[in-house]
Amino acid sequence: MKKDDPKSMETKCPIYKSWRELPLVPISRGMKGSIGETGDWRTYRPGIDEKECNRCGICYVYCPDGVIQFKEGSAPEIDYKYCKGCGICKVKCPKKAIEMIRERE
Amino acid sequence: MSKIKKSEMDKEQTIIMSGNYASAWGAKCSRVKAISAYPITPQTTVVEKLADFVDGGELDARYVKVESEHSVMASLVGSSMTGARSFTATSGQGLLYMTEMLHWVSSSRLPIVTTIASRGIAPPWNIWAEYTDILSIRDCGWIIQFASTHQEIFDSVLMSYKIAENQGVMLPYFIVYGGFTQSHTSKPVRIPPQKEIDAFLPPPPEKGWSHLNLDPENPVTFGNLLMPQQEYLDFRFLIHDSMVKSKKIIQKTIKEFKKSFKRDYSGLAENYKCNDADVVLISYGALAEQSKIAVDELRKEGKKVGLFKLRYIRPFPNEELVKLFNSDVKVIGIADQGTAFGNPTGGPISTEVMSLLRQSNRKIKVLPYVWGLGGRDVTVDEQIRVFHQLIQLKNKNEYPTDDTFQHGTVWMGLKTGA
Amino acid sequence: MVTVSELIKTESNKPELFQAGSSACAGCASILALRWALKALGPKTVVIAPASCANVYIGIWPKASSAVPYINMAFAAGASAASGVVAGYEALGKKDINVLTWAGDGGTVDIGIQALSGAIERSTNFIYACYDNEGYMNTGTQRSSSTPKHTKTTTTPFGKGMHKKDIAQIVAAHDIPYVATCVATDPQEIYNIFSEAKQIQGSKFIHILSPCAPGWRFAASKTTELGDLAVKTGFFLLWKQVNGELIVHKRTQKYLDKKKRLPIEAYLSEQGRFGDLNQEQIQDLQNWVDRRCEKLARQL
Repeated sequence: MKKDDPKSMETKCPIYKSWRELPLVPISRGMKGSIGETGDWRTYRPGIDEKECNRCGICYVYCPDGVIQFKEGSAPEIDYKYCKGCGICKVKCPKKAIEMIRERE
Repeated sequence: MSKIKKSEMDKEQTIIMSGNYASAWGAKCSRVKAISAYPITPQTTVVEKLADFVDGGELDARYVKVESEHSVMASLVGSSMTGARSFTATSGQGLLYMTEMLHWVSSSRLPIVTTIASRGIAPPWNIWAEYTDILSIRDCGWIIQFASTHQEIFDSVLMSYKIAENQGVMLPYFIVYGGFTQSHTSKPVRIPPQKEIDAFLPPPPEKGWSHLNLDPENPVTFGNLLMPQQEYLDFRFLIHDSMVKSKKIIQKTIKEFKKSFKRDYSGLAENYKCNDADVVLISYGALAEQSKIAVDELRKEGKKVGLFKLRYIRPFPNEELVKLFNSDVKVIGIADQGTAFGNPTGGPISTEVMSLLRQSNRKIKVLPYVWGLGGRDVTVDEQIRVFHQLIQLKNKNEYPTDDTFQHGTVWMGLKTGA
Repeated sequence: MVTVSELIKTESNKPELFQAGSSACAGCASILALRWALKALGPKTVVIAPASCANVYIGIWPKASSAVPYINMAFAAGASAASGVVAGYEALGKKDINVLTWAGDGGTVDIGIQALSGAIERSTNFIYACYDNEGYMNTGTQRSSSTPKHTKTTTTPFGKGMHKKDIAQIVAAHDIPYVATCVATDPQEIYNIFSEAKQIQGSKFIHILSPCAPGWRFAASKTTELGDLAVKTGFFLLWKQVNGELIVHKRTQKYLDKKKRLPIEAYLSEQGRFGDLNQEQIQDLQNWVDRRCEKLARQL
């Protein structure tokens, strides 16, 4: 199990040792990885062939989890920490530039 | 801004009004901002009166006329989460229908106030005074206070917001009174100058409740899953803890109210001539208020009887009751105007009161009663007879022998063919 | 109407309002739709989510996937709680905050339909979006009244006996200013519809067909294809009703013509939940599609 940067997590997610420290109600704050590092779920990893990629950004649009970062003019970047490997990006890529590669142990 | 007449700002008025109108006036004078309601007898005239206030421009509030009581309380959860002071009124079936959302309110720690014109539970249909509605949901995490006079209904609304919105409390609040006997009878009610009410009860914080506020500038998520090893248990405890600790805030608020408006609501319970009494009746609601007459009658005959009126059942007045048990009292009667089928006594509050007896070392005999179900009359004469039964128990150690004494409880008025 | 390339241009440098690493299943169309709905609505939005997958994929306390206020709500209370939020904001004079109810089909067509009907009858100024994955997927794929006929679910092991409830038409009968249908797998359409809804005062209802890989039993990578097939076979009809005027989407207009529409089998055969249907059952669903397409064509 990989760990998030412990420092930033602590400030965002306080650890309570006693009920006396609790706020009145459980409040959650928005952040990546609300269930942890979902990249661990992956069986197949999407790989972008940067030579084939035409920088259209379609994969960014269709990624349900929003793990694909896209900046105009450059190839999209996949955040493997959270990519669940659903393969939708591969299906939607108009240039067939994404391949699903089996993850190894 | 609401068009509150200048005279209302500056002068006290005395208006003859129904118990329901007293509730509506309480909400108006508390300057509630959000109302959501659904009609149900015998509460309906509360929400009718509020519609008059809002549509007539006398109360500056949003009034959501929803399609069910479940939606009433859901809607108030929404409005209260924006920081708006929120109000509704309901009765009987309506209260039961909103049960799921009652938990949603208390677990969200929202200071919503709801007045209940209590009635019998169907089937068969029954719309008259009985408290099984509120007693059925007594463990939802709401403060529950009985108001036994019209003036008390009005005054309680003002106090309820001050208590519920206190940072040390942040719990929702029920004010309960009997259907028809209180909701539809008329009595004079003194309405203090709005200026003085505003001074007693300031508006809620402009930035919303500090623990939970729906504000895109400070985005929070509320209500997601907590795993068994996380602090679910601890947050549950916090609700109970705040409920118990609210007693101090309640007492403080009653004192402040007395100071501002010269009316004294004694505390979580009212001790009426109990100090030297050897026989005490414990009860709640308007019937308890009426029992004072019975006490006075018997006192004239030299009988040392007293009435102990529970004003609150959540939080439960433990300390007050234990103090009573440690006085001279030898016999206690506890009268429930509601049922708890199959519990140790058949009445919910008598069982709860009895659970505290062990906190006193004194031997006290107890006789539970169930009375006034579905609006059945309980007259002063009948209440006097109750005291006579209790005196009999004290003097001769004799429990009632007639057929109304069933499973250890007197079901007053139970038809026995006699 | 924003094109896909415009969408990429305007949105790709903004932060995600529904963030990566949620507990949604891989390939979940519902979060794809929510992701683009929130982009269209922007950060001044609050979400009310009655019980559904959306109460799970939001994350476990104290973390949440949403970057906008997000309230988990009781199952039946999606629309009624939103009514209260709107009332509260109005009472306190807080303006320009979008209130979005994000509900599943169970919370909309079944337990929440009364509150929904009430809220839109009252012209509550909010958007109610139903992501419809055609069953109680969060509790393990039980049938809802939005489940299609002949679907195998855990409570209809031999197939459901009756057709899907047409919630969008029921809502449209309330004559609210905006009703739209779309598939969750079309982000551009989601974005445009939510952008349009946001501009309209009053009650807005958006019905989103949301293909569900585990519940419908197909490979997650096929999610968008399933959304596509639902439209191309006429199984799901794309239309809007804006201030009483019916506007049928170009794509659906094309497929109202039976010759152009794919046979329903093309949609059914991709999904395990329709496994082992006999010809009679397939024809039954085909007739249902045909009847609905003809009805919509007559309204044009």
